[in-house]
Amino acid sequence: MQTEFSKEQDLLRDVVSRALRDKSPATAVREQMASDRGYDQAVWQELCGDAGLAGVHVPEAFGGAGGGAVELGIVAEEMGRTLFCGPWFASAVMAGTALLEAANEPERQALLPGIAGGSTIATLVLDDLNGPAGVGGSIRAAEDGKLSGTAAMAVDAHVADLLLVVASGAGGLGLHAVERGASGLTVEPLQVVDPTRKLSRVVFADVPARRVGDVTGDALDRIWDRICSALAHEMIGGAQHLFETTVNYTKERFQFGRPIGSFQALKHRCADLLLELEIARALTHHSARCLDAGEGEPYAASMAKAAAADAYMSAARAGIQLRGGIGFTWENDTHLWFKRAKGSEVLFGAPAIHRERMMTMLEGAA
Amino acid sequence: MTPDRIRREMSAWLDANWRVDRPLIEWREILLEGGWAAPHWPEEWYGRGFTLDQTAVVAEVFRERDVVPAAQVGPRGLASETILACGSDDQKRRFLRPILTGEHTWCQLFSEPGSGSDLAGLSTRAELKDGKWIVNGQKVWNTSAHHADFGLLVARTDWDVPKHQGISYFLLDMRQPGVEARPLRQMNGHQSFNEVFMTNAEVPPEDLIGGEGNGWHVAKTTLSFERRGFSRRVRGSSLDGPKQGPIYAEYEEELRIATEPYTWYPQREGRVDLVLPRARETGAIDDPATRQEIAKLICLHTGARLASDVAEARRKAGTTEIIPAGSIGKLAASVIARQASHVHTMISGADAMLSGPDSAADGIVAEVLVSVPAISIAGGTDEIQRNIISERVLGMPKGFRADQGPFRDIKRNA
Ligand SMILES: Cc1cc2nc3c(=O)[nH]c(=O)nc-3n(C[C@H](O)[C@H](O)[C@H](O)COP(=O)(O)OP(=O)(O)OC[C@H]3O[C@@H](n4cnc5c(N)ncnc54)[C@H](O)[C@@H]3O)c2cc1C
Repeated sequence: MQTEFSKEQDLLRDVVSRALRDKSPATAVREQMASDRGYDQAVWQELCGDAGLAGVHVPEAFGGAGGGAVELGIVAEEMGRTLFCGPWFASAVMAGTALLEAANEPERQALLPGIAGGSTIATLVLDDLNGPAGVGGSIRAAEDGKLSGTAAMAVDAHVADLLLVVASGAGGLGLHAVERGASGLTVEPLQVVDPTRKLSRVVFADVPARRVGDVTGDALDRIWDRICSALAHEMIGGAQHLFETTVNYTKERFQFGRPIGSFQALKHRCADLLLELEIARALTHHSARCLDAGEGEPYAASMAKAAAADAYMSAARAGIQLRGGIGFTWENDTHLWFKRAKGSEVLFGAPAIHRERMMTMLEGAA
Repeated sequence: MTPDRIRREMSAWLDANWRVDRPLIEWREILLEGGWAAPHWPEEWYGRGFTLDQTAVVAEVFRERDVVPAAQVGPRGLASETILACGSDDQKRRFLRPILTGEHTWCQLFSEPGSGSDLAGLSTRAELKDGKWIVNGQKVWNTSAHHADFGLLVARTDWDVPKHQGISYFLLDMRQPGVEARPLRQMNGHQSFNEVFMTNAEVPPEDLIGGEGNGWHVAKTTLSFERRGFSRRVRGSSLDGPKQGPIYAEYEEELRIATEPYTWYPQREGRVDLVLPRARETGAIDDPATRQEIAKLICLHTGARLASDVAEARRKAGTTEIIPAGSIGKLAASVIARQASHVHTMISGADAMLSGPDSAADGIVAEVLVSVPAISIAGGTDEIQRNIISERVLGMPKGFRADQGPFRDIKRNA
């Protein structure tokens, strides 16, 4: 399998990185995290409506750019680096992937172009965000197709036009489409640790829904893998940002008449961080290539999610510690990334869950 | 050359030349002339300028056809790469050939009792007298020195300049009265390394490499090669199974002597390959805590391999970035080995107290547990790798130094 990015992929990264540096500086992040909606609609229009970032992984037949997990990962990584605030992850990654993997052909035709073009904001609603095994335990589809139950947390559901809900019913797990404002649907925004990623509780009380496809166990695993690979990329981008800014800080801050970066305790911590980050990055990029090629370790996405989460938290802890008091202030930006790291660590399965998942794939259940 | 083309050319050449009844050295001479002994070397020096991938194809064909390759084991590689990079044409002519044929074995005479990490603080003395370099001093931890024909020696030739500037690099003939190697016993029971005493040992002027006072530069070349090769397996392992023919007997004997100091090297890397089989065999594979640690090990091991592939690809593409793949790879190898040792201990439980034939995997696991500490010391300690990574890659500022100015005036071990 390849280890390098193609010229086109490098170019994509370049374009996305430049756009995000421009549209998502820390001041914008602070503004959006304090707002209820959580994103800037004009920026959304530019990045997803005009530049097509929500459709990089969607086939051209459905209005996308025809890329794969690698392209999706590139965008996710750059978004994670700048802590982009917006429903891209919920809509493009989560809902888009669910439709691609589980919806029937007519529904993909009907729903994907809006998502790919940014005109529809969608999200995927799951009643368990820890692992695929628990999904479908709370939300049920009745004979008449109506949904009942609660999703304790759904990403960006407060702004979604379209909710794709995985619910259990007579025919096993299914993917169900629910429109914003449907009767019996309540979306309650929640207080969150990471205000750059908004979460809501979604309650279904006999909500009319349309079943758009079956969610087999395999399909759910594929959805999980693709989302986790993209999330790992997002985390790697964030970790890289923290790492770079932290190393730079140690070169500028003086104590005892010398830059703190000349103290070996800090140097060695940074060298260890680099190693952890390089390993996590390699696993993350590898996971996307495995998904696109349909080969490699079946647990590649779980390796990536576990390693990227640990590396992001290591970088986040060091990011605060190596700044001392200023690192613990609200005013300094480091905590924004720290909180994203904390949230991402447990979203779609904490590292220990992924390690167990990989061992189960490798050796069977304990 | 494409892999197919390499295979075709080699096959034709081997059909015409390979015979199991040739004496070993004679065969290697033929191999050398044919350009298949070291295909990654430049064309002027027995090679073909092959890439690592192309060289791997050649090695594959050797294995498939049970052909005896050029001599490769041990510090030979350090010697040949150093001589290729820094030696004069005369030195290349005299030393490279017997390295490939296996006539000469080598050792690395760098560390001293008073200076290990601080290699440039060495105090072995070399003085030019009557047209010869006379060497006095002691080296230590020198692997294979007890059977080596030559040594890569760094010694001080000028005491009045800053420490890095007063060092010269020599190719020392070990088979002379002024050189004595005494084996040292290691904590894992093996005797791979030695202390080496030099008392008026002689080096002819033509065996100074890289010029007087330029030894530090040459030593860095050796070290970077050493670190890069660290996570790679020790090459030149036996051909699979017993083979019929006189040349195989000679080859096995060479390997027996040359690889003897290295039999425990795979163990110091943690024997990751034994983890899953051992976990299955003992039932530890069903223990949730052990499973977590195994999974961490697999992530580290897979990720480090992928990261080194990425670095290699970027290096090939001619990146200008600083990628000290050697230091990062060496540090990764330490982290992996420690985690593997930790996992082996969890898997074995109380049985980890045993060693020898009655213990797990015929004593191999016990040897892992007492050999892993070497990997974070040999070839430059973990701390030194972290210094290199933080200063060279990350550009973090150097700390306070107490070793500037003429070497004579620097505080050092008695
Ligand atoms: C198995 C094995 C094989 C070897 N083979 C060879 C060989 O073939 N030829 C050869 O020449 N040598 C060989 N060595 C020697 C090896 O290179 C040295 O042991 C190593 O460089 C450390 O030097 P030292 O033992 O003097 O320890 P020291 O340098 O005294 O180090 C002691 C401790 O201090 C730390 N330390 C030292 N300086 C710093 C610093 N600047 N910052 C932070 N921490 C520091 C070290 O990391 C270490 O933890 C071998 C060693 C082993 C274990």
